[in-house]
Amino acid sequence: MPITINERQKLLDTARDLRLSIIDVMEWSGGSHVGGSLSCADILTILYFKYLNVDPKDPKWEDRDRFVLSKGHAAAGYIPVLAKKGFFPEEQLKTFNHFGSAFAMHPDSNKVVGCDVSSGSLGHGLSIAAGLGLGARYQGKTYKTVCLLGDGECCEGSVWEAAMSIAHFKLGNVITVVDRNRLMIDGFTEDIITLEPFADKWRAFGFEVVEINGHDFDQLADAFDKAWAATDKPVLILANTVKGKGVDFMENNVVYHYAAGDSSLCERAKASIMKG
Amino acid sequence: MAVITGTNWTAYDAATMTAREIYGRTLAEMGKHNSKIVGITADLAKTTAIVHFAKAFPDRFYNVGIAEQNMMGIAAGLAKSGLIPFASTMAIFACLRAGEQVRTDIAYQNLPVKIIATHAGISFGHAGTTHHCTEDLAVMRSIANMTVICPADGIETSKAVQACIDIPGPVYIRIGRGFEPPTYENADYDYEIGKAITMRDGTDLTIIACGIAVLQSIQAAKTLAEQDGLSVRVINMHTIKPIDRDIILKAVKDTRRILTIEEHNVIGGLGDAVGSVIAESGKGCVFKKHGIYDEYATIGYAEDLYAHYGLDANGIIDQVRGMMGKEFEADENWEDD
Repeated sequence: MPITINERQKLLDTARDLRLSIIDVMEWSGGSHVGGSLSCADILTILYFKYLNVDPKDPKWEDRDRFVLSKGHAAAGYIPVLAKKGFFPEEQLKTFNHFGSAFAMHPDSNKVVGCDVSSGSLGHGLSIAAGLGLGARYQGKTYKTVCLLGDGECCEGSVWEAAMSIAHFKLGNVITVVDRNRLMIDGFTEDIITLEPFADKWRAFGFEVVEINGHDFDQLADAFDKAWAATDKPVLILANTVKGKGVDFMENNVVYHYAAGDSSLCERAKASIMKG
Repeated sequence: MAVITGTNWTAYDAATMTAREIYGRTLAEMGKHNSKIVGITADLAKTTAIVHFAKAFPDRFYNVGIAEQNMMGIAAGLAKSGLIPFASTMAIFACLRAGEQVRTDIAYQNLPVKIIATHAGISFGHAGTTHHCTEDLAVMRSIANMTVICPADGIETSKAVQACIDIPGPVYIRIGRGFEPPTYENADYDYEIGKAITMRDGTDLTIIACGIAVLQSIQAAKTLAEQDGLSVRVINMHTIKPIDRDIILKAVKDTRRILTIEEHNVIGGLGDAVGSVIAESGKGCVFKKHGIYDEYATIGYAEDLYAHYGLDANGIIDQVRGMMGKEFEADENWEDD
């Protein structure tokens, strides 16, 4: 159901705090995939603070909803959201990328508490999500599996192998989200390799496509409500986003796909986030 | 390990069914006892014989079409949900087409996915080089957390498939394609993953073999005893990783001549695994790796290829005779070649 004014404000506040953490991690880690972490910050926020049924006190609870960060390089946004949810103290984020840390540029499910699936090599996550969906169905479990893909990642053929499986096996319990920020390492997706007509491709593969503004919590809530109610036709949430969202000088700027930030740059970034 | 009812195969079974056929039937029996076992393939249900499991348990068998990467990823997800997936395709597609999914989705996360790969080595010789696989042992050995098994025949395949359930992480079992003669008379012997089996004792030389080469090595040893008066030990190294270090070092000590035989590139497989153990031990011996010498095999039916590449008893006899004239040098004279 639609979110309330209070709910929206809380989500906005949490997303703002998450973006500040993303900038902290950028500084502490010595460099991070800041642009693609900021673009999915609102998606991660609404998932962890409204939709995913998870318990930080029992991270391996077998009936929990699963989340697969197929765009594993957004660990710089994902690991902070797990900290904010309470899976581990935020203080630990200071170890990011350092020797012996649980936290790296790409998440390791055997090390990061609350992380369901290791990821980082693109094009892998959706198949794993499909396996989780099939496993849940066979075992009579009602949990959902949400998989977040990058749009550039959809160049990988294995994404479409997985898409065929999800449609074929009618895995309504798998929810696929694409963070459509339109940028990849070398430039705009449409300049590097054409993805459009992107929504039509997903439709042709058997998905019901819900296209939204991926920074608008009302639209995100409507989309996830619809996806959560799906039975056998899988839903693809095509979330149009802005890479670097929230930091004015990073927005739509390919330089900030991966970047290091000194304290003055990070201060400027945080000031931009606080301005809103 | 208790033998599951219905899997007490005999030499008759092994002579009349391929190893993959016995694998499929074994898995179907195991499925009756363990509801966590699920099956997955990439359009090779019949070819890999996992179809027997598919027919018995259609509600927990998945065919993803010709998409091996997806198959391994889905297997990882199934394992993440608490199940024990058996994934079957041809060896070449398991280790290379889907190699990164095996490494990153399955092994890195240390998931209990059991990869049963058929048509390994040059057993599908007439299919051409695209369907040969002389690289899988090298690839799978180098993947951390992976257990690598190469059974000698159908009976041992059944034992390995049953035993691999007890390994908490991923397992790779490579089997061939055809109707190789059985190595074992029956299933009445102890099998333990990681523990090699001495098939025949000897004091002059030890052959360490895996897969189809085990039976050929036994036959070679018999002929060498009759014709040359040689006492040749034959070890069935069914587990390539973790390798049975103790049995290798005992063979070095007892026979001072080690010959490895594998249906695989001599780079990276059984021979290198054995050679590493010997080199690291600091104990010297005459040592030879025999297999496919870093080339793509020619076209032909498997038995013709085995003869051509010297992987049959005759070829192995030649290898042994070639080694018998050589002595291990304990001195440091490097000029007396």
